[in-house]
Amino acid sequence: MSAVLDTIQTNPLTATPSAIASLSHITKRYSNGVVALDDLSLDLHRGEIVALLGPNGAGKSTAVKLLMGLSAPTSGTVRIFNGDPRHTPTRLRTGVMLQVGRAPEMLRVREHINIFRGYYPQPMPYADLVRAAGLEGIESRMFGQLSGGQKQRVLFALALAGDPDLIFLDEPTVGLDIESRRGMWTEIRSLAARGKTVLLTTHYLEEADALAHRIIVINKGRVICEGTPAEVKSLGAAAAGTSGSRTLKIIRCITDLHTPAILDLPGVTTAELFGGITVISSTEPERTLRELLALDQNLHGLEVASPALEDAFLALTNNS
Amino acid sequence: MSATTFALPALNRPSTLQIFLTEVRYTLLLALRTKAYSLSAIGFPIMFYSLFGLILNRNETMSAGVSVAKYLLGSYAVFGSLGAAIFGIGIGVASDRSAGWLELKQASPMPPLAYVFSKCIMAVVFSLIIVSSLTVLGITFGHVSLTFSEFVHIALLAGIAAIPFSCLGLAMAFLVPPNAAGGIANMIYLPMSFLSGLWVPLRFLPHILQTIAPIFPTFHLAQLMYASLGAPTLGTAVNHWLSLLGFTLLMLGVTWMAFRRLEQNS
Repeated sequence: MSAVLDTIQTNPLTATPSAIASLSHITKRYSNGVVALDDLSLDLHRGEIVALLGPNGAGKSTAVKLLMGLSAPTSGTVRIFNGDPRHTPTRLRTGVMLQVGRAPEMLRVREHINIFRGYYPQPMPYADLVRAAGLEGIESRMFGQLSGGQKQRVLFALALAGDPDLIFLDEPTVGLDIESRRGMWTEIRSLAARGKTVLLTTHYLEEADALAHRIIVINKGRVICEGTPAEVKSLGAAAAGTSGSRTLKIIRCITDLHTPAILDLPGVTTAELFGGITVISSTEPERTLRELLALDQNLHGLEVASPALEDAFLALTNNS
Repeated sequence: MSATTFALPALNRPSTLQIFLTEVRYTLLLALRTKAYSLSAIGFPIMFYSLFGLILNRNETMSAGVSVAKYLLGSYAVFGSLGAAIFGIGIGVASDRSAGWLELKQASPMPPLAYVFSKCIMAVVFSLIIVSSLTVLGITFGHVSLTFSEFVHIALLAGIAAIPFSCLGLAMAFLVPPNAAGGIANMIYLPMSFLSGLWVPLRFLPHILQTIAPIFPTFHLAQLMYASLGAPTLGTAVNHWLSLLGFTLLMLGVTWMAFRRLEQNS
């Protein structure tokens, strides 16, 4: 990895004033009046992996469609490589993986890949593509005969067919087993290491945490927060009503104590019952636990954890 | 590398012709391999022609000395083209659209016309397969006597017929909800064929139906077919060609509007 790349990754905003792709002040209103995006702006820089996170209906897919030029904004501008996303020169440098229900089923994996490679001036070599997407051994199968995960990997190969500089991946690892998912992560990381830019939407929070240099959380068409996975986690903890997120812990246990009583314990900020398990967040976990164990001799199933990205994410999207 | 990031390099794009040819080749291969389509698109006209033109027909002749089997050869060639286009494009494109495959193609650097063009060529090729199969059947089992030039004429017409029908299929694919496409296709395919006299010659149908028949493109194509086969026709050739052109343009306009409406809402 070059030194140039490192500075870009650690400090993208100051290192490159102009972005590779940007949405600026985008509003998208559908004809039925629904506002999918509300004054949304985001920038993508060279060599970074950005995760777009948000609950269903947050506007993630709409944002991706606008970036791909499949949809026009009601107001605002979309720029890709300083050009219009709908123009062929732009499309020659972008690759896309969409959530496709069904590709033509009676074409072989090899045929699908070669059709897409044929659209580009300098496609990725066939053998590299097959290896990157983990398609060895199933190249002669018809698309319709593949498992869900294999289909997903073919679509990944199609996104990379043109060896593009900018890659959009919409929920890329849905339906993949753990091994294939890790394999795809490795490929996505190596794309960024080669200076490619990747925007992925995902609802696997673990995926955003593991892959992204930067996470953009959106809800109801607006950016709620943006930062490194660590920053988003601490923001989420703050949003959950606790400052000093360093000491915040999540305590899970099975207890007969009622939540109002637990809320009175020292350090407790929230306490909720989910399917028989009490989930407590505390800024003073040691004190809380001491009291908790003293009050309920039958308490069992105890787990103590740091707030996960998931908790941060839920806190952020609930509060917006 | 970083210096060239924002300048679009002068790329040797793959030639448009090459992309079109690849798209046509694989669209044809896909259609032939998709048995649900290929067997029914070719099978239906063969079945109908065998039944009405060969089995139920007792060597009758129309006026002008053309046998019923020869006359219906023209009818079912039009019927075959309609089916090839409406099932291949009306349903095929609608399902590509609902599956999100069409969006993926649109997002790729493929010229959008390559997709439309290859689907049209597919309908044309299937029309040629159908008209040839029907001709072989008619000659072999229906004592149809056909000159080579007559065959070339009806084959050309069957191929050309696929174009307005493909436009109809496109309009349908972008206008109707994708899950209703199958039902709507049959609602167009069967009534339109009947009402334009493809199954039963128009003069045996009620007068009111004879009056409305000219609104269908199938009627005009059938008349051009009959003329090529030396059978009696209604209307003039110029009129038929103009009607077909008008229908094609109308369908392209509808497709364009329906596509724009979808784009606004996507």
